[in-house]
Order: sequence, then C-alpha cells, then structure tokens
Amino acid sequence: MIIDHPLLGPRDASEFTYMGDAKLIDRPDWQSQTAAQEFYEYGYLRDNPAGWHEELWFHEAGDRSWLVVTRNTVTHDISKVELARDVARARGRSK
Amino acid sequence: MRYSGLKVIKEALTGHKEWTPAWRDPEPQSEYDVIVIGGGGHGLATAYYLAKEYEQKRIAVLEKGWIGGGNVGRNTTIIRSNYLLDGNEPFYEFSLKLWEGLEQDFNYNAMVSQRGILNLIHSDAQRDAFIRRGNAMLLNGADAEMLTTAQIKARYPFLNTEDARFPIKGGLAQHRGGTVRHDAVAWGYARGADSRGVDIIQNCEVTGFRIENGKCLGVETSRGFIGAKKVGCAVAGSSSRLMSKAEMRLPMESHVLQAFVSEGLKPVLPGVVTFGAGHFYVSQSDKGGLVFGGDLDGYNSYAQRGNLPTVEDVCEGGMAIFPAFGRARLLRMWGGIMDMSMDGSPIIDRTHIDGLYFNGGWCYGGFKATPASGFCFAHLLANDVPHPTATAYRFDRFEKGLMIDEKGMGNQPNLH
Repeated sequence: MIIDHPLLGPRDASEFTYMGDAKLIDRPDWQSQTAAQEFYEYGYLRDNPAGWHEELWFHEAGDRSWLVVTRNTVTHDISKVELARDVARARGRSK
Repeated sequence: MRYSGLKVIKEALTGHKEWTPAWRDPEPQSEYDVIVIGGGGHGLATAYYLAKEYEQKRIAVLEKGWIGGGNVGRNTTIIRSNYLLDGNEPFYEFSLKLWEGLEQDFNYNAMVSQRGILNLIHSDAQRDAFIRRGNAMLLNGADAEMLTTAQIKARYPFLNTEDARFPIKGGLAQHRGGTVRHDAVAWGYARGADSRGVDIIQNCEVTGFRIENGKCLGVETSRGFIGAKKVGCAVAGSSSRLMSKAEMRLPMESHVLQAFVSEGLKPVLPGVVTFGAGHFYVSQSDKGGLVFGGDLDGYNSYAQRGNLPTVEDVCEGGMAIFPAFGRARLLRMWGGIMDMSMDGSPIIDRTHIDGLYFNGGWCYGGFKATPASGFCFAHLLANDVPHPTATAYRFDRFEKGLMIDEKGMGNQPNLH
C-alpha cells in the first residue's frame, strides 16, 4: 500500500505504524456522569466495518506525524489522507 | 458408513463403487432447535458435540459458501497448549486432549501428528519467562520440558544457534504439540455431525436476525427465514460484520495474517519450531512443503490477502534462524482474516439478546482451539452455563477489567 502523505507525497505503508479507528481522536469527557461506560466503549469496542474505514496511521519512519487515512478494508484502496491534527481541530479540539 | 482399513482394501478390490458422499446436502427446514452460523471448524465442531455429547436434536449449520472454506483451510495447522494464564491454559489443554482422541472419536483420518513444538529462547529474561510458562503448563496437566542448546542442536542441526543478534540459548518444548491436516478436521466434523442428523446447509448466507422483545426468534437468510430456539454464531474473522446485524459492537478488529508454503523438500524439519523474537514459526507438511508464518500485516482488513513488506519481514525471520531454507522457493501464500480481540483471547458467551450466543475473537489461536471451542460452545448452547474450562471467556471481562492478556499488550489488537 502507498499512503499519499499530505506533506511528503506518496510513501510506502511500511514506513508507518497503525493505531486503529480514527474515532480514537474523540476521547470522552472524563467528567461526564457516564464516563466509566463511555471510556469502556472508547477503549474496547470498535465498529470494525468491511468497507471504508477512517483510521490513524503514524509516520514512524518519516516525519512522525499522525494521519487520518480513509481506506477500504476489503480492497485496501485509499481515498483520502489528512493530517490528524487538522481533523482533530476541525472537530473542535485545541490540538 | 464406517471408515476402516478393511473397507479401503475391499473397495480397492471392487472398483470403489460403494463410497457414498460423506454428508448430505439437505434443504433447510422452517425451524430448528439450534442453528449454528458458520460452517468452519468451530461451527461444525459445535454441531458435532451438540449432537453427540449433549444429545440435542434438530440442529442446522448455516454456511454462506462451502464448508471449511474460511480460516480452517487458511492456517498453519499447528496444535499446542503452551499458554500461561489460568483463563487460557485449562481450555487449550482440554483442546489438546480432544485432538489426541479425535480421529477415533469421529472416525476420520485427520492426520493428527504429535511431532512436538519448540519455542526458542535467546536471553536470560526469555528463559525465565518460558520456565514460568512451562511450570504453568505442568500445573494444568500439560507437558513441558526446557531443552538446552545441545539438545536442540541434536534434533535441529541446521538451526543457526550462533546468530549474533539472537543466539539460541535453549527452548521450551511441548512434545504433545504438533500438526493436523486442517481440511480433514472440517470434513471429519461435518461427516460426524451429519451422520447424527445435523443439517449442513451450504450456500446459505445469514443476512439478519429476527429479534423481538429482546429475544432472537431465528435468522433471515439468502434462502428465506429460518426459525430457531437458539442461534450460535461461530464466524471468527467476520464476527463484527455478522453481529452488527444484531446491532452489537464487539471488542475486536479484523486483521489479515499471512501464511506461506515452500516447494516440497525431503524430510528436513521433524517438528514445529517457533522463533518468537523475530516472529517466525515453521513446520514441514507431510507433502514436504515448509509451512510458515509470522506477524499480522497490522491494519484492519477483510481482504484475504496481505502486502509485501510483511512477506519480506517473515522471510527475514526465517533466514535468521534457518539460513539453509534460503535456497527453497516460495510456492504459495495466502491471507486469513482474524478476529483480533482487545486482549488477545476469545469469547464464548451468551449475548444480551435471549437465544443469541457468540463464539469468536480467536486471534491467531483458532485452529488449535477447534475441538474445545466446539465442545465448550455446545455446552453453553445446551446448558446455558459455560463449560468449566471456558468460564473466563466472557463479553463483560473488558468492562470489569478481567482481561486475559497473554502478551500484556493492552487494548491494541494488532500487537497480540
């Protein structure tokens, strides 16, 4: 697989390590009344779809940036690559 | 029909005219007592033990393709019970004991070969860890023996014991471990289940569950609705896909694991050898091919194929300890889809929906677990309580903090 890095261009997937579903960006509020249940679901439950999947990749052997890669889990096609920082900020996080 | 050596000779002399199909191809009935979804090793074993050990009637196995076409045909055929933790070791030892009597039990030649498995060690810390593991195995009635480098060298003279990075300092052997002809496991269970009245329905994909008032009434399939008092799901690899039809999210990701076979060689490797430090494991099939594998590719995947960097990594691991194998050419490779759970251990449990039961999350360990998985799932389906060796494999262990994490990796499925 080739991941088209937004800053560096096409890079081989072997330069990256894989974290998992990009929903991990949306960390629950620790002060919520239902925080225990939310953190259980955040930590342990996954949608694990067959098809398009937004996921976190880390450019470990490169510029060490975190990316959100939209990839098809059935065909391994990649349709979109964004900096995780941009995605997190668009969702209202400070960094 | 009972298979025997005498029967083979008789048929050979009379032109092989009396062999009959090993299982029927029945039309689905409108209702069953128990439906098992998934005609792989675990599903067929479940149906077999339900009929044989738990004397259940009116059982069906539903398979979307052909039986034995999934992970039971896409693995490296190794059996062993060398686990550490209390939640696991009794279960896997139970499984190994079932393997030992399996062929007589279901009257089918599964080529169970207890040629032994050897885990190599390279450092003092690893030696300590493996001594601890061996002791845990002995405490649970399994066999384990620590071998010295000289003992290993005598059995595997071409191992690279002097590697600068990973010199071999000894190993943990389980002599009762070994390999099995994997397809024959599915076929043997299918035949045994069929002969006890189980309907094995192929080309019948489950497209949904009919759930009313928190109770599962049956399944919608590509061949119409089929009612059932109890529905058991055993579709590891596709568990999340199937259970999402019951609106469940599971503690697992699906990952692709690749395996490889070299061209056929003369007998060179008497047992199974694992190189944990580089993550490479290998055995030699009876046809002569070296059967080997290594790490997951590491990303969510439902494609039954992997990518080249992992191929390179696995082959490098092999070359590091078996330089002699570098001359063998790679013949075939394939990928299987693993349910990688959040702690690296499986789930055999009821769901929150009445009448719906789940078996999955087998990670790398599904093949060796096949007999005990079927036995314990049948026990759960028949009695509504877990089998004594499978009490820890619960859905709620993640919520309660009772993880069974053999490698201590935490909730990162691609590291288990």
